[in-house]
Amino acid sequence: MHDIRADFPILARDAHASPLVYLDNAATTQKPVAVIEAVNDYYRRYNANVHRAAHALAEEATEAMEMARAKVAAFIDAASTREIIFTRGTTESINLVAACFGIKSGSRILISEMEHHSNIVPWQMLAERTGAQLDAIRVTTTGDLDLEDFRTKLDERTALVAIAHVSNALGTLNDIGSVIADTHAVGAKVLIDGAQAVLHLPVSVKALDCDFYAFSAHKMFGPTGIGVLYGKERLLEAMPPWQGGGEMIERVTLEGTTYNRLPYKFEAGTPHIAGIIGLGAAIDYLSALPRDLLVDREEKLVHLAVNRLKQMPGLRMVGEPRQRISIVSFVPLDAHPHDVGMLLDQQGIAVRTGHHCAMPLMERMCVPGTVRASFSLYNSADDVDRLLTGVEKALSFV
Amino acid sequence: MDLDDIRDSFAFFDDWEDKYRFVIDLGKSLPHLEEALRTEDNLVRGCQSQVWLVSATVGDRLHLRIDSDAHIVRGLISIVLAAYQDRTPEDILAFDMEELFSDLDLLTHLSPTRGNGLRAMVSRIRETARAAA
Repeated sequence: MHDIRADFPILARDAHASPLVYLDNAATTQKPVAVIEAVNDYYRRYNANVHRAAHALAEEATEAMEMARAKVAAFIDAASTREIIFTRGTTESINLVAACFGIKSGSRILISEMEHHSNIVPWQMLAERTGAQLDAIRVTTTGDLDLEDFRTKLDERTALVAIAHVSNALGTLNDIGSVIADTHAVGAKVLIDGAQAVLHLPVSVKALDCDFYAFSAHKMFGPTGIGVLYGKERLLEAMPPWQGGGEMIERVTLEGTTYNRLPYKFEAGTPHIAGIIGLGAAIDYLSALPRDLLVDREEKLVHLAVNRLKQMPGLRMVGEPRQRISIVSFVPLDAHPHDVGMLLDQQGIAVRTGHHCAMPLMERMCVPGTVRASFSLYNSADDVDRLLTGVEKALSFV
Repeated sequence: MDLDDIRDSFAFFDDWEDKYRFVIDLGKSLPHLEEALRTEDNLVRGCQSQVWLVSATVGDRLHLRIDSDAHIVRGLISIVLAAYQDRTPEDILAFDMEELFSDLDLLTHLSPTRGNGLRAMVSRIRETARAAA
């Protein structure tokens, strides 16, 4: 199999005088040369503002940007490019829906206890603004979504269910298929936070039949500052625009404005053109890889890490979900997660410690935070060895 | 252990392991703050580990009691205390903590990006000193 590590220049560097072991992929992934070059090439060769310009550079930039939109649509199996809105990232995608999706006072919004703050706070703000009621589906002690509790809470008043495809803190792969089916049965809509899923799973919004799907480019080898909101066309059509400005208009008079068609209605201002082109390059890069094989290998590495960590004295696993994707969380018994994080850092091993922007989940699991190692397609068995030796050494300090 | 002892010990370390073991040992000899004092008011919020700080003026000096839920942070607190404990507000304000941490090659722990509460703690002690000066 093609050694993809060589495609990611940063993986060759040292950290604190040891070869870098990068296991903070749930926060952001590293970038392959193809993405770095695509962004570079745009600025070097055809930087121009997009749409409605009458010159060669603008035409090339516009074409590259719209090609990227088509790649995104194909990547998640959307019906059309009109359903692909470029945002700054998952957080902005969710905020866009929270701002524009019509919710009446007395309606219900369902999230879960395992959500990232960016899939909690926009809904709290919406509930406050509209008088809608916000409820959270319980999470079991294993870190799984409590589907019984979900079915109890799902009722005719429910307007929207917003849940993660994969938990960013525990790696739980949620059974979103049944959540979507049950939610549609009561006439409500579903938003899926796909930030931790899109790189690791083939996602078909058509097969899932979700109403909205949000994700970020930087967690799938693309640049930071660019993300996607997928929405079903008729829902997006019915939603009012969010931000006002250039690009999102068709005609402006001082008396009023007619809005542009989809997807531009939701893309006010000059877009992050370089980021969009970089995202397109990331999708091209991923599509050319034997993705199934790499995902399979990643899964084996994660399970190896889980099994070996479970056998290590002095720590406890947090979350043992039925299905896990790319993430493993644990706490040391006699130290703070932060101690372990700092001692791993000294050994050149990058993990994340803390609440992972999921404070309600940490409370539910009765921990102040965790040590989280998150894998990607370029991690190796050597990385697992280094992690295990590193954790063992860290625990010997305390 | 006073500041000179700490500086002397650090001069002998040639790898990170000795240094961090020493820092963690320093933390182990730091007395814990009783549960009743681990209150919201005394909490210095860090993004990751938490730090609690209680200060009192004894005569013309500041007496500090500080605790954290992380070993390494407790060790770093011991170093901060070696510089600040039972000093006058004027001495505290005149002391350059960044320089000390830089000399000990621990400056990253005082950096605003680390979020371990240490920097916020030093700021709070300096505020207290300023108010008492």
